[in-house]
Amino acid sequence: MNPVNYLYLAALLFTIGATGVLIRRNAIVVFMCIELMLNACNLSLVAFSRMHGNLDGQIIAFFTMVVAAAEVVVGLAIIVSLFRSRHSASVDDASLMKL
Amino acid sequence: MENLIALLIAAPLLGAAVLLCGGRRLDAVGHWIGTLLASLSFVFGAVLFFDLLGKDATDRTLTQHLFSWIPVEGFQADIAFRLDQLSMTFVLLITGVGSLIHLYSVGYMEHDERRRRFFGYLNLFLAAMLLLVLADNYLLLYVGWEGVGLASYLLIGFWQHKPSAATAAKKAFLVNRVGDMGLSIAIMIMFTTFGTFAFGPLLGSEETPGVAGDASEGTLTAIGLMLLLAACGKSAQVPLQSWLGDAMEGPTPVSALIHAATMVTAGVYLIVRSGAIFDAAPDAQLVVTIVGAVTLLFGAIVGCAKDDIKKALAGSTMSQIGYMILAAGLGPIGYAFAIMHLVTHGFFKAGLFLGAGSVMHGMNDEVDMRKYGGLRKYMPITFITFGLGYLAIIGFPGLSGFFSKDKIIEAAFAKGGTEGWILGGCALLGAAITAYYMTRVMLMTFFGEERWRNRETASPAEPNVEPAAEHQGEHAEPHPHESPSSMTIPMIVLAFGSVFAGALFSIGDRFVNWLEPITGFEHGHSPLSAAAVTSSTVAVMVIGVAVAYVQYGRRPVPAVAPRGSLLTRAARRDLLQDDFNHVVLVRGGEHLTRSLVYVDHTLVDGVVNGTAASVGGLSGRLRRLQNGYARSYAVSMFGGAALLVAATLLMRAV
Repeated sequence: MNPVNYLYLAALLFTIGATGVLIRRNAIVVFMCIELMLNACNLSLVAFSRMHGNLDGQIIAFFTMVVAAAEVVVGLAIIVSLFRSRHSASVDDASLMKL
Repeated sequence: MENLIALLIAAPLLGAAVLLCGGRRLDAVGHWIGTLLASLSFVFGAVLFFDLLGKDATDRTLTQHLFSWIPVEGFQADIAFRLDQLSMTFVLLITGVGSLIHLYSVGYMEHDERRRRFFGYLNLFLAAMLLLVLADNYLLLYVGWEGVGLASYLLIGFWQHKPSAATAAKKAFLVNRVGDMGLSIAIMIMFTTFGTFAFGPLLGSEETPGVAGDASEGTLTAIGLMLLLAACGKSAQVPLQSWLGDAMEGPTPVSALIHAATMVTAGVYLIVRSGAIFDAAPDAQLVVTIVGAVTLLFGAIVGCAKDDIKKALAGSTMSQIGYMILAAGLGPIGYAFAIMHLVTHGFFKAGLFLGAGSVMHGMNDEVDMRKYGGLRKYMPITFITFGLGYLAIIGFPGLSGFFSKDKIIEAAFAKGGTEGWILGGCALLGAAITAYYMTRVMLMTFFGEERWRNRETASPAEPNVEPAAEHQGEHAEPHPHESPSSMTIPMIVLAFGSVFAGALFSIGDRFVNWLEPITGFEHGHSPLSAAAVTSSTVAVMVIGVAVAYVQYGRRPVPAVAPRGSLLTRAARRDLLQDDFNHVVLVRGGEHLTRSLVYVDHTLVDGVVNGTAASVGGLSGRLRRLQNGYARSYAVSMFGGAALLVAATLLMRAV
C-alpha cells in the first residue's frame, strides 16, 4: 500500500481536529480534538519514517505520546477544577482574561 | 615695590569690608575710615608713580603674581597684577579723584543716616575699578568689570526708597549686562583662538610682539567688536547709552565718581589696553570711531535740552567719552590723546559735578536750572571752581580741556581721506555744541535774575520739567549758601587740575612720551595744519558761547520751559532713546517670546501630545483583539501557522 495514503489520512484527521478546536465550546471535546491533532501528527511522523527508511520519526512519535499523556493529566485537572468553580465545561465561560 | 600693587586694591577693599560688616558702632567714624583708606591707596599709588618715574622708560612695567586662581591643564588664570604707564595713569586718577570725592561726601552726606554704608560702597567701587585697571589678564579684568557694575548698582540705587532711583539702578545694571556679555564672549573667542587671555603673551611688549596679531582678521574683528560692545555698556556709548541719564538718581558724589574717575572710563581703558587687537582689525577700529562720533554728537544734543543740571552734565559726559572712544578708535595716533582727555576730563567733570552738588546742597536739592539764577553772589567758591571747570570743558585756550580736545580733533582729521574729514567735522561740531550747552548751564545757574525768589508764581504743573516736586521744602524759598569746607576743598583742588593739567601734560609732549612704550604713538598727518585746527576749534567754541549768550544771557530765562522745536523736544526725551528701546527691544522681545510660546504650545507640544494620543488610540483598538475567548486566540495561532507554512512553501517554490 502506498504510504502517501497515510499522509492523506493524517491531514484529514488534523483538519477535523483543528476544526473541532475552533468551533466546539465543550472543553472535553476541544481536548479530544487536540488529541486528534496530536495523533494525526504522530501518524504522519511514522509514515514519513517508513517512507524514508529512517527511525527518527518513530522515536519522535514516542516522545509526542509521552508529552501528550502529561498534557492530558494537566489539562483534565484544569477542566475538572474549572467545572467545579463555574458548573460549566464551556471554554467561552472562562473569558475573564481580557481588558 | 611690586608688593605695593596688591595693597593698592586691598586698602579700599578692606575699607568696604570693615564698613559694610562693622555695623552701627562704626557710624560715627565710618566716613573717616573710608576716606582714610581711599587716600592711603592714593599714597601707595603716588609712591609707585615716583618709583616708575625713576626707571627707564622701557622698564616701567611691574608685575605681581599673587597666586594661581584657576590652575587647570591648558587653562591658567592667575591673580596677577600689572602696573605699567597706562594703569599707573588710571590708578592716580581713580585714587586721587576718588579720595577727593570721598572727602566731599563727608560733607554732602552729612545728614544721611546711612552714610557709613555709602562710604562702604564708595570704597568697593574704588577697589573694583583698581582691580579692573591693574589686572594682568582679561579674566581678572572681568572680575573688576563686574565689581564696578555691582558697586554702581548699589550707589545709583542708594536712595532706594525712591522708586525712580531703584528703577535707575536696575536699568544701569541691565544695560551693563548687555555689555558684559560682549566682554565675556570676547574672552571666550580669545581663549579658543590663542589659548590664553593674559596680557603679557597676548598683547606683547615693545621687544616681543604678542600673539594677538597672528589670528585671522575676521577673528580679530569679532573680538574687537565684542570688546567695543563691552565698552559701549560701561562707557554709555550709543547704543547702550540709556542708563547714564537715569543714573543721576544717585547722590551727586556718585555721579561725579561714575563720570570722572571710574565706570565710564573703563570702556576707554579696555579699548586702549586691547590696542594690539584693534590695530590688526581696521574694520573694528572704524566701528569704534563711528560709535565715538555718533555718541559725542548724541550726548551733546541731549545736553543742550536738559533743564536738570545733573542730566545736562550727564549728556556732556556721554559726549566727552565719545571723544575718547573716537580717539581710541584712531589707533596709535589717538590712544595717548584718548587717555589724556580722560584724565583732564576726570578733573573738570568731577569739579563740575561736585559744583552741581554744592549748588543743590544750597538750594534744597533743587535740580531744575530754571529755578536757579544769579547764584554767583551767594556761592562764590562754587561759582569760581565751577566756572574754571566750565572753561576747561569748552576748551578755553590754556586750560586743560583745550589741549586734550584739540589733539583729538587734530588726530581725527589726521585719519585721512573722507573718513578723516567726517570724523574731524563731527568732533568740531561737537566742540561747538559743548560750548553752547555748557554756557547755557553756566548762565542759567549763576547769572541772570534770581528765579528761585518768586517760585510761588511759577505754575506748579510744568510738563517738561524733571520731577523735582517730591523734594521737601517745595514751597519754602531756598536760602542759597556756600557749602562747608569739606566740600569746597575738593572742588578747589579739582579746579587746579582743570586749569593746569592740560598744560602740564602737553608741554614737551610729556604725556605722550610717558604712554608711548605701552600704547605706541605715531604722528598723524593732518590735511589741516595744527594751527588751522586749533584756530577753528577756538572759533567754533566762541560761536557756541555767543549763541548761548544771545539765547540765555541777554534774554530772561523763562521759568517754564517753552515747548521748543521738534529737536528740542526729542532731546529732552534723550533723543527718544527710551522710546526706541521700548519699541524695538521691549515690544520686540515681547513679540518674540509670545511667538515662541505659541510655537511651543502648537508645534512642540503638538508633536508630543499627538504622538501620545495616536499611540493611545492605536492601543485602544488593538486592545479589542484581546477578548478573553480561547478559541479566538486559537484562530490567530492557526492563522499564523498557516501563514508560516504558506511563506515557507512560497520561498521554496521561488
